[in-house]
Amino acid sequence: MDQQVDVVVVGGGSTGCGVVRDLARRGLDAVLVEKGNLTHGTTGRMHGLLHSGGRYAVSDQKSARECIEENRVLRDIAGHCVEETGGLFVKRPEDSEEYFQEKLEGCRACDIPVEVIDGEEARRREPYLARDVEKAIALPDGAVDPFRLCVANAADAREHGARIETHAPVTDVLVEGGEVVGVEVEHETGPGERVHREPGTTEEIRARHVVNATGAWAGNLGEMAGVDVEVRPSKGVMTVMNTRQVDTVINRCRPKGDADIIVPHETACILGTTDEEVDDPEDYPEEEWEVDLMIETLSELVPALKDARTLRSFWGVRPLYEPPGTGTEDPTDITRDYFLLDHGDRDDLPGMTTIVGGKLTTYRMMAESISDHVCDALGHDATCDTADAPLPGSESEARMAELMDEFGLRSPVARRSGQRLGSRADDVLDDCDPNPVICQCEGVTRAEVRDAIGEAGSDLNAVRLRTRASMGNCQGGFCTHRIAAELAQEYPEPVVRDAEDELYQERWKGQRHALWGRQLSQAMLNHLLHATTMNRDGDPANLDSEVDFGAFDAGADSEPAGPNEGGNAGTATADGGTDGDR
Amino acid sequence: MAIDSDVLVVGGGLAAITSAVAAAREGADVRLVAHKSSTLRQASGLIDALGYVPATEPAKPLREGPPTAGRKLDRDEWPDPEGPLADPFEAIDRLPETHPYRVLGADALREGLELFDDLAGDAYRGGHTDRNALLPTYGGSVKPTARYPAAAEAGLASDDRPTLIIGFRSITEYDARAFAGRLEAAGVPFDVAGAEVEFAEAFRADTKVTRFAKALDHDEAIDGVPAREALAKAVGPHLHDVVDEAGGVDRVERVGFPALLGDDRGDEVRAELSDRLGADVFEIPMGPPSLPGLRLEDRLYDALDAEGVRFETGNPVVGIETAANGSVETVAVDRKGRETPYGADAFVLATGGLVGKGLDSDRDGVRERAFGLRVEQPADRYEWFVDDAFGDQPYARFGVRIDGDGRVLDADGVPEYDNVFAAGGVVGGADAAREKSASGVSLATGIVAGRQAATEATQ
Repeated sequence: MDQQVDVVVVGGGSTGCGVVRDLARRGLDAVLVEKGNLTHGTTGRMHGLLHSGGRYAVSDQKSARECIEENRVLRDIAGHCVEETGGLFVKRPEDSEEYFQEKLEGCRACDIPVEVIDGEEARRREPYLARDVEKAIALPDGAVDPFRLCVANAADAREHGARIETHAPVTDVLVEGGEVVGVEVEHETGPGERVHREPGTTEEIRARHVVNATGAWAGNLGEMAGVDVEVRPSKGVMTVMNTRQVDTVINRCRPKGDADIIVPHETACILGTTDEEVDDPEDYPEEEWEVDLMIETLSELVPALKDARTLRSFWGVRPLYEPPGTGTEDPTDITRDYFLLDHGDRDDLPGMTTIVGGKLTTYRMMAESISDHVCDALGHDATCDTADAPLPGSESEARMAELMDEFGLRSPVARRSGQRLGSRADDVLDDCDPNPVICQCEGVTRAEVRDAIGEAGSDLNAVRLRTRASMGNCQGGFCTHRIAAELAQEYPEPVVRDAEDELYQERWKGQRHALWGRQLSQAMLNHLLHATTMNRDGDPANLDSEVDFGAFDAGADSEPAGPNEGGNAGTATADGGTDGDR
Repeated sequence: MAIDSDVLVVGGGLAAITSAVAAAREGADVRLVAHKSSTLRQASGLIDALGYVPATEPAKPLREGPPTAGRKLDRDEWPDPEGPLADPFEAIDRLPETHPYRVLGADALREGLELFDDLAGDAYRGGHTDRNALLPTYGGSVKPTARYPAAAEAGLASDDRPTLIIGFRSITEYDARAFAGRLEAAGVPFDVAGAEVEFAEAFRADTKVTRFAKALDHDEAIDGVPAREALAKAVGPHLHDVVDEAGGVDRVERVGFPALLGDDRGDEVRAELSDRLGADVFEIPMGPPSLPGLRLEDRLYDALDAEGVRFETGNPVVGIETAANGSVETVAVDRKGRETPYGADAFVLATGGLVGKGLDSDRDGVRERAFGLRVEQPADRYEWFVDDAFGDQPYARFGVRIDGDGRVLDADGVPEYDNVFAAGGVVGGADAAREKSASGVSLATGIVAGRQAATEATQ
């Protein structure tokens, strides 16, 4: 099944999803290929800050201006992915007054609306802020759900004729006559949605242009095409708290440093972060000190964090880039700006463009700029409308409000479903009766899980990203099996089993970094539930050896009378164990 | 003025009750104080002894050094456990040396099970043999267990009669078809089918199992039809769902339901359903809140009462006072903010593990909460876990260490106090979850601790 299209976009993060949406809306025939789930790389591993631009207002005013501009656009076109939390830059006594003033002036220079409030007012807004916080700058930071955002972009692209292929790693970039003419991908379980145990296939997708939107992995794709793209991947930790200690984004107002931001996100708060260059975006150490640093340093701002429960920690890799020869030593000093590398101009290899750097908040602007470039290259004349056209789920604010009323009056669960689904809520929720809750922690119902399975196949991590099921306190302990059970409507038992194990193990990875206090107790409870009560670890269905059922107790009535049987267990037996006497 | 007894048992679960009864039967005057309701209600109600010897060689980490999330794990790289074991006793020698079964000996387990049989009476089965039974779990697996509720008996996996597994569309714990498929994948010696039926739909979504149980107990009318009849009617059309190997239709001879078939009148509910369906009926033990666990808890507390043990729940032990000779004289019980000393000649610590909150932890370490006893642990919390969720998790073995008499040991391996014994989840060394040994460890450590505490107190 080889295909000729206009553009192949490689990478299903925010940039790739934004690009494929933009291209599709401009009438180009586009395919997006992603090696994992959408958001699998960096996008799914960030703290979810919708920048106001405040963080860059001193060091990088160009980025700051882009941020505030796009911040406004996203509130408009992606309302159901954004929570308008507001943000504070707080100053502790030891933080520099001079820098506070610089920050304030910088924000004003970049047209970021700001308000200075005193410590008392800051604590009135956020009661858990430390007593000695002196003052703060309030500005329009927000929280954005990167999963929902990418899914909405991909869905819109598909509605405009694009094809989206996840779990389809690129295995080769096709170069013919000194020109990139497409890619070869491996569909891990065949094209379309991912289903466990289905055989893989290979496909050549020929395209007039290839967009490399693989972020931290851009060098790998470049290598397949024979060009150098020197991305400098830099890791950062994010620690997830079990509740929202704050409802506003809290930034530390100081020049730069680790552990300086708390982002409220859905039911949780996310603490961030560190900034350390790594060699391999796939395999880098996740270190204890990073987690400790988040808790220790950020509890200077919000003391309650010190003894609060953390659910897990995860790491992301920034796709930092700087033009060759810049030679910045410290990754925190590398620009957060994005770069568009036309390999025709740069490496004499037409047919491919790479985009690196940048940040989620400005993903749409980056997508617009690369789409302009691709349209130029292809001689395609069309205008970009992505700044104005709402994403699926965010079409109508009035409709959202209506849904909130419709579903919100009776049940907080339905209200949360409504928030996640946006204007799609009635389509999804009307379709399922009975509609019990599958994930108690996050209030996710069967209807949402089934809807997500419809889009994602048997990949329960993709279902998780779409619904938040298994992302709460129990980290899947009480719902992994329930989510998996919903697969049984469409898929045979072994698929259900594999999918369940995969999600359970994925949830475990993040919990390893939160194993103390209540989360350690939770982990033990999960272990007892899944190993003791369900016996998933010792399930004969998964073991290599066969079970001799005849060697086990078949009930008192079926026991043959014998010297070792029937009654007083005080007599020793060794007969039942191995030979199976019946 | 101190509240005194010969033996004071701290804790309220299976191990605490076992040790309290064991001590009382030795003639001691026994008092039991429990902080919270026991974890029995979170447990399946099955009494496991030893079902597997799990692999203990270090699983291959995802990477050397600190963990990474980057690479995918391949479950085939991790070794299978030995088991399921038909005989729980003969495998004890192959457990790690520090395992409570190794420390106390197989007889402790045997005697603990005997005591349990005595306390549980006709509500439990399995005491007729030393062999383990295999029972279906709600995860769709089968698991080895030593004792099982009478309500689960017809579900034994070594029984070859054709079986129907019932699921309810509004109860989300399992899908009955996937359940049946998974039993087949386990190679069970019977034909099996799963069916999702519409009984529970008469209740609102997310109704608790206790509510269903009550409706069946009282045979409440559901849309005008008594609940038991309504349930039998919902199941009726599926009695021929099972297809045998030759492609023929089997009429099922037994039907499994999630464990919600009545609470107080479970026997009656099962008998009526069985009568209506013309097939044996069994319950599949479920997760929390677990009716079989709650029923067992009720039964054990009745037994405790009958043995003359005084007990109180709701108040934690928050500290200890030692005498000049180094033994513990009193413990401080926090009664609504006021610390009251409870004195005894011997103490049994049975406060549970990480779940029961007998153990507490923070980023710096794991502690025993009530007596401040030593808990063996790697100093670095990144050595508390391994990368495979079902691997040989060090945290799963956390707890205090005991000697052959159940006395708690200090770092040098000598008893910390002459009169402090420990039992149940607070005792470390077992990986109860993977071994399927949680109840057996509670019974074995409970009976030893109870008896030795009584001996210590009355000598």
